[in-house]
Amino acid sequence: MAEIVLDKVTKRYPDGALAVSDVDITIADGEFIILVGPSGCGKSTTLNMIAGLEDITDGELRIDGQRVNERAPKDRDIAMVFQSYALYPHMSVRENMAFPLRLAHVDKETINRKVEDAARILDLGQHLDRKPGNLSGGQRQRVAMGRAIVRDPKAFLMDEPLSNLDAKLRVQMRTSVAKLQRRLGTTTVYVTHDQTEAMTLGDRVVVMRGGLVQQIGSPQALYDQPVNLFVAGFIGSPSMNFLPATLADGQLNTPLGAVPLTDRIRRLAEAAKAPREVIVGLRPEHFEDAELLDDTERARGVTFTATVEVLESMGSDKFAYFLVEGETATSAELDTLAAETGSTEMTDSGPQIVTRLSAASAAHEGAELDVWFDPDKLHLFDPGDGRTLTHVK
Amino acid sequence: MATSQSGAKARWALIDVVVLVYALVPVLWIVSLSFKTKETLADKNFIPREWTWQNYADIFTTNQFLRALLNSVGIAVIATLIAVVLGTMAAYAIARLDFPGKRVLVGVSLLIAMFPQVSLVTPLFEMERSLGLFDTWPGLILPYITFALPLAIYTLSAFFREIPWELEKAAKMDGATPAQAFRRVIAPLAAPGVFTTAILVFIFCWNDFLFAISLTSTTSSRTVPAALSFFQGSSQFEDPTGTVSAAAVVITVPIILFVLFFQRRIVAGLTSGAVKG
Repeated sequence: MAEIVLDKVTKRYPDGALAVSDVDITIADGEFIILVGPSGCGKSTTLNMIAGLEDITDGELRIDGQRVNERAPKDRDIAMVFQSYALYPHMSVRENMAFPLRLAHVDKETINRKVEDAARILDLGQHLDRKPGNLSGGQRQRVAMGRAIVRDPKAFLMDEPLSNLDAKLRVQMRTSVAKLQRRLGTTTVYVTHDQTEAMTLGDRVVVMRGGLVQQIGSPQALYDQPVNLFVAGFIGSPSMNFLPATLADGQLNTPLGAVPLTDRIRRLAEAAKAPREVIVGLRPEHFEDAELLDDTERARGVTFTATVEVLESMGSDKFAYFLVEGETATSAELDTLAAETGSTEMTDSGPQIVTRLSAASAAHEGAELDVWFDPDKLHLFDPGDGRTLTHVK
Repeated sequence: MATSQSGAKARWALIDVVVLVYALVPVLWIVSLSFKTKETLADKNFIPREWTWQNYADIFTTNQFLRALLNSVGIAVIATLIAVVLGTMAAYAIARLDFPGKRVLVGVSLLIAMFPQVSLVTPLFEMERSLGLFDTWPGLILPYITFALPLAIYTLSAFFREIPWELEKAAKMDGATPAQAFRRVIAPLAAPGVFTTAILVFIFCWNDFLFAISLTSTTSSRTVPAALSFFQGSSQFEDPTGTVSAAAVVITVPIILFVLFFQRRIVAGLTSGAVKG
């Protein structure tokens, strides 16, 4: 149980590379916080600095108000779950889980009781005397969790603990991790590159890029109010559509046609001193098949017609992909986002739009479709520095 | 299918037999010679017609062989211990740390391994004579360590590289001091590697003939391979073949038992460094 404060924490490697720069995070007691970002964004380095496995170049790390920069990992009383699980292959499951307690010179009886308790919680009872080599991936993962929880540490650090599991098991373990954390109420810092994990697990999410914190907030806040193009594109799946647009005469000229500005958006854009050239962000789920809406709703929004390029039916929804005439949105931020998330499907003919339509939609590939969207749900960004122009104070 | 498979099996069996015969006939021949009497030594029979333990009795009654055996064991064990301890530390550093001069160290040790030992015998001989190391135990132990170290470092660093670094981090997070992490996590995992290396180094020292013959002059430090070449019959005309063979068998048997006993570990050791996973 502890509050962890990162105060302008910076990591600079001897070769001058800046891995983490001026990170300020206050993690409340009992909070489940997620560090998320593409690889190389400094999230693991940040976690290792909290753990004490990496030195802090600058700034201060406080656990329960005490500066711990110089303390060895063993004196910080934090447990860590590694991506590879890092189980000791020569020890049985029981010995693995008892290892931290034995190092702490806990008496045998207490060790036994705590290991049995943890094994019960994690459903490992019948595997206690097996070696890690004979366990399945999911079981190993649970042993790694068990080794962390037996000693009631001040905080858990988890470094992509689910990324070695197959997709189905990952979803299952995700819920167990969330339940376990609620039950124990221990402060947890969790690193992942998977935005779904970040959105579903955390009380708060820290989005990082290039060693810099981009935004800290609840999953819903990040989704509703991304502060820049990077966060907007990173959070949400499928990711947000970006289109270039010009702002003139109270309306937006976009490749989808003219879009009237709602009062709310106009006020926000004015307050943010929006330039003439902007980037419009539209989430796939804010589109709908116009056929399925009644007239009042249709009138409230904007409708455009386009040819369905690809249609993916998920059963519950349909994902329709359109190619739109015109320019692709360009911004340094979008380029790095594409490079870092690996989505480099560059289209020459114009921007591609992903929409999530109701399953009842009659859309089919190659046919034209009237697509509707709510102009009040759009986001505006400055193409120069990527900041949002529609931020609610 | 079935016939082609049995055909393949037969082919493999044939190849196996050829290789085994090729490798084992000289060894069996020596064993056979060691059991022959002086009279039947040259009778060209593979299996002795008259069996005798006389050759074995002879070598154990001469002080020369026992003293050489003592030298061999002593020198090989001490050289192995020192080489493995130094090699373990060096290999751990090479596998785990980034220190200035790492590449140079690795390069130099490779250089030593490739350097023809024959070319060093004469300078070593001169140096050891002027340093007073000639014909002493350290006089052999030192060059053995030098030439065994590259082998030890290479084998061991492959082993250490196999041990995931995260295990050490995990041990640290679990509250272990660096010494505890090494003793309770790294050392048990590296044990097969250390063991394999020790055996390989020991065999290298045990079998060496070149340094043993060049850097010794008396029984005080002459090892068995060198001593064998000094075996002679009681008279100028007596053939020492029987006793030489017996001695050769005696010094080979411990190695064979050693390797057979730890075969699985050695094989695991030699391959685990080569292929990842």
